[in-house]
Amino acid sequence: MIIAERKPIKEILSLTNSARRILILGCKGCVTVCSAGGEREVKILGCIIRMYRKKNGKPVEITERTLVRQCDPEYLDQLFDSIDQFDAVLSMACGVGVNFLADKYPATVCLPALNTKFMGGSEAQGIWTERCAGCGDCILGLTGGVCPIARCSKGLFNGPCGGSVNGKCEVNPDIPCIWQIIYDRLKLLNQLDKLDEILPVKDWSVSSHGGPRKIVREDLTI
Amino acid sequence: MSNVFKPEIIVFCCRYAVYNFVDDLDRSAISGFPEGVKIEQISCSGRVDVVRLLEALETGADGVYVVGCREETCHNVVGSYRAKKRTDYVKKVLSQLSIEPERVETFVMSRGDEAKFVEMAKEMVGKLNTLGPSPLRGK
Repeated sequence: MIIAERKPIKEILSLTNSARRILILGCKGCVTVCSAGGEREVKILGCIIRMYRKKNGKPVEITERTLVRQCDPEYLDQLFDSIDQFDAVLSMACGVGVNFLADKYPATVCLPALNTKFMGGSEAQGIWTERCAGCGDCILGLTGGVCPIARCSKGLFNGPCGGSVNGKCEVNPDIPCIWQIIYDRLKLLNQLDKLDEILPVKDWSVSSHGGPRKIVREDLTI
Repeated sequence: MSNVFKPEIIVFCCRYAVYNFVDDLDRSAISGFPEGVKIEQISCSGRVDVVRLLEALETGADGVYVVGCREETCHNVVGSYRAKKRTDYVKKVLSQLSIEPERVETFVMSRGDEAKFVEMAKEMVGKLNTLGPSPLRGK
């Protein structure tokens, strides 16, 4: 899922400072699961903004709402009748949601309440880590299912660098050296021969180097 | 005399911690319990929610605090620990809003210790008398 976290309160207060009528818009997708932008976080942020405005004598009218997703137009359509009532929409979705919102409602001020961080998962309650860099050309079949792009600090493709010490990364000893893990996994799976394969140069044009990406599924389009 | 500040406080207390002396319909039954402290019983201090704490402050409480069982005796194992995490979170929010974080506290006590419960309430009243009214009060 997409992992995000709320922006610093002062930044949010500054972003919304000139708006009197604010819609705080949560998302029931990834940001609910990672406790950044679901119904509960919408309520908390609503309290925070109201408290700040009360304290500083700046009136504000806050509406709180959470959509099933903000990355699908059909859910954003639900705002059509009410969006003109607001000076700004403060989206608690990931950056995808904010973009979809801004595309859908070009005359509305759309603001982000979150910093979108990475694609990852939850290792334990309250701890999330990155697992995928979305490179567009997955090589996990060659690396024992663990990704050297997302999980090697240097994104190396050809084995560990000289900074791998006792299975840890020189960038931070809390980071496991993913090439050590790749080697250990392939050895366990009796697939070390995969490391002998000469791979073609990776096509980064299907990553972010080729401009904004798009998938068209002819079997699904109408 | 009408200008004398009397802090309005809400205490969220674990029902196990106060099982033997709190009747939520009759706060005055607790000997020496200070005026102005409203009791809300919850099933466990770990059940206290950040939203509820913030809402209490937003709507004019001068202070809020949570009372749970001593950590090692929590009926739900980590309830008191969670309560502390949540009040710490609210303290950080208040700091960022330039509101005194001391308006929020967590206490733990042995189950059924009525005298301690009263003492904690008096401590909060004293602290809030020193801090003065919430900057959100009456706004």
